[in-house]
Amino acid sequence: MLEQKHLLGLDGYPAKDIETIIDTAFSFREVLDRPIKKVPSLQGKTIVNLFFENSTRTRISFELAQKRLSADTVNFSASTSSLKKGESFKDTAQNIEAMKIDAVVMRHPDPGAPLHLTKHVDAVVINAGDGKHEHPTQAILDMMSLKEVFGKIEGLNVALVGDISHSRVALSNIHGLKALGANVTVCGPPTLIPPHIGSLGVTVSHDLDEVIEWADALNILRIQMERMGVGLFPSVREYRDVFGVNTERLDRHKKELIIMHPGPMNRGIEIDSAVADSKQAIILDQVLNGVASRMAILYLLLGGKAEE
Amino acid sequence: MKIRKLPKTTFLKGGTVLDPLKETSAKKDVLIVNGKIKSVGKGKAPASSEVVDCTGKVITHGFCDVHVHFREPGREDKETLQTGSRAALAGGFTRVCVMPNTDPPLDSPESIRFIAEKAEDCPVHIHPIGAVTKGQKGSEITEMSAMVREGAVAFSDDGIPIANAAVMRRALEYASMLGKPIINHAEDLDLRDDGVMHEGEMSLKLGLDGNPALAESLMVLRDLDLAKLASAFVHIPHVSTRESVQHIVVAKKGGTPVSAEVSPHHLYFNDTALNSYNTNFKVAPPLREEADRKALVKGIVSGTIDCIATDHAPHTIEEKEATFVNAPFGMIGLESCFGAVHTVLMKEKQMTLANIVKLMTVNPRNIMGFETDLFKTGTEAELTVLDPKESWTFDEDSIYSRSKNSPYIGEIFTGKVDSVITKGNITDL
Repeated sequence: MLEQKHLLGLDGYPAKDIETIIDTAFSFREVLDRPIKKVPSLQGKTIVNLFFENSTRTRISFELAQKRLSADTVNFSASTSSLKKGESFKDTAQNIEAMKIDAVVMRHPDPGAPLHLTKHVDAVVINAGDGKHEHPTQAILDMMSLKEVFGKIEGLNVALVGDISHSRVALSNIHGLKALGANVTVCGPPTLIPPHIGSLGVTVSHDLDEVIEWADALNILRIQMERMGVGLFPSVREYRDVFGVNTERLDRHKKELIIMHPGPMNRGIEIDSAVADSKQAIILDQVLNGVASRMAILYLLLGGKAEE
Repeated sequence: MKIRKLPKTTFLKGGTVLDPLKETSAKKDVLIVNGKIKSVGKGKAPASSEVVDCTGKVITHGFCDVHVHFREPGREDKETLQTGSRAALAGGFTRVCVMPNTDPPLDSPESIRFIAEKAEDCPVHIHPIGAVTKGQKGSEITEMSAMVREGAVAFSDDGIPIANAAVMRRALEYASMLGKPIINHAEDLDLRDDGVMHEGEMSLKLGLDGNPALAESLMVLRDLDLAKLASAFVHIPHVSTRESVQHIVVAKKGGTPVSAEVSPHHLYFNDTALNSYNTNFKVAPPLREEADRKALVKGIVSGTIDCIATDHAPHTIEEKEATFVNAPFGMIGLESCFGAVHTVLMKEKQMTLANIVKLMTVNPRNIMGFETDLFKTGTEAELTVLDPKESWTFDEDSIYSRSKNSPYIGEIFTGKVDSVITKGNITDL
């Protein structure tokens, strides 16, 4: 069992519980390789996917994980919800609670919204991304993917490249990786790196080549085009030039390096197609591990019975 | 809370009279006749007088707050002059200055008159602060002279910084003719951007947009230099950063006519209080980091900061129940002020009660030009009776404001207001 009732973030989350989740995820990963990919672990449990912000892959990944575990699921997205009609967050939460559900998977644009939700509902709350705060399930699947390749996390050199300032993926990865003993460097333009990031025990670099020399794995984060208009970086051309991961750059270093990306990718900007589709990229393994990790999280938090 | 008419002759017996103006403290009795101070000294209660036993208590000037929001007109669901007055009394305040960011704002002689007239029926003295610019839009200055005639005691576009330095200069120059301070909410809005809390390690961890300390201190520096240029009186509200304190030190040394206030919450909390995203801690300027809080305490002790002002800012439960990003800025502070300030300053700096009381009585009255010799014979009785040793827990029942957005719920304070005498009434808490 896990120490905490909810999974809201990896800041302060017990390392042993992260390891338990990853280990459990590997056993679910085996299930996903079977011809019949469904287990009855969460039969009779009801889970609501509450998405106040657009998401394709995270929502599908959660939904698949729930279906593979035989849970009943309901999807609820901002565009179809009464939130559009001005209903308060509290009312939405209380209505869900009144319907007797076991867990809520929530994505929300506001940091802290999942914690806020725990104050109004008894159900287990899983954070599927809250603003630029945390995205713990993404970090767990990233770490699982690293463990799959390297057999361990401790001592690995992991670089997060790109927009660190607005990335919940970066923050959760930093907390998780540090908890499990990895070395973390963040790399990007100073305008996209938060000023106090050093307090989290990471190294800051603005030199991608130096980072490539150092790293065992690069986790390349998506650049959001709307950041360009407000002067956080001057142009796509310049970004690609300085921080784009492409074959020529990787070839110069002549070293083995694992490439990760949480998706969705901007091919040709932060990552070139040739790199994304290369053998060293484990981007699609991340996607599969995402389903396995979320199965593990749901299973452990909802106290499902042992498989079969 | 029980507000009742002061008997014709009232005798406050057995307490310690703390005069923050004369800086004296002695066991004395106070005789009040027809609502006015008759004598302060040792004596017998005249026959037919009501004796109020003040044994073990401290009798001092009624507190004065130069920065509150009573939301009238426009947001009477949050607070009114009447409900705000009760919150003031609960905090030992007999006199408050209300900010003009109402709806509509107090930007004309007529709206100042509206407040002044309504204030007459309130159980505390209420003085309106007029807007600096019409509609608080930051461009055209208001009819300050006529507004002063109707009762405006200072000018501020509070909540909205005066971004244009030329407008700020003209406002300072014009108000100097009237001898009234300009109070500018110092915050560079471009630097603040979407910031909802102090920019630092905590904002990074919480994933909330940060408001850098520089957003405040840059504008404080600008305002101090403009005041120097205009030879005009500027009052810096709710100082929250160590850099601002430094700028004020330099300005005061250079002779700039400046006064400054600090809010109780900036002395009492730091940004780690936001750990649970409790929206009652969301305030502008934001709770800063520990080094800033310490600098503010030091600024108080050294006299760089002149007074305590609560920035009492009521908001409805519905608004504060939103997520942190969406909730409005502001917290109530009148009821908790003395307890919080006394607790934190006694604990950390071993300040005397007299010094602390001065920050809430003589100093703010000086800034606004109010009478400061409140034990003088013939003065209208405006007194607060304190029990400085009483330990108590601040809870929902301690709140008299129409809104409940206090960050102090559950805090244990030392020092409590016992009763308040003002406007011919005595209020027992």
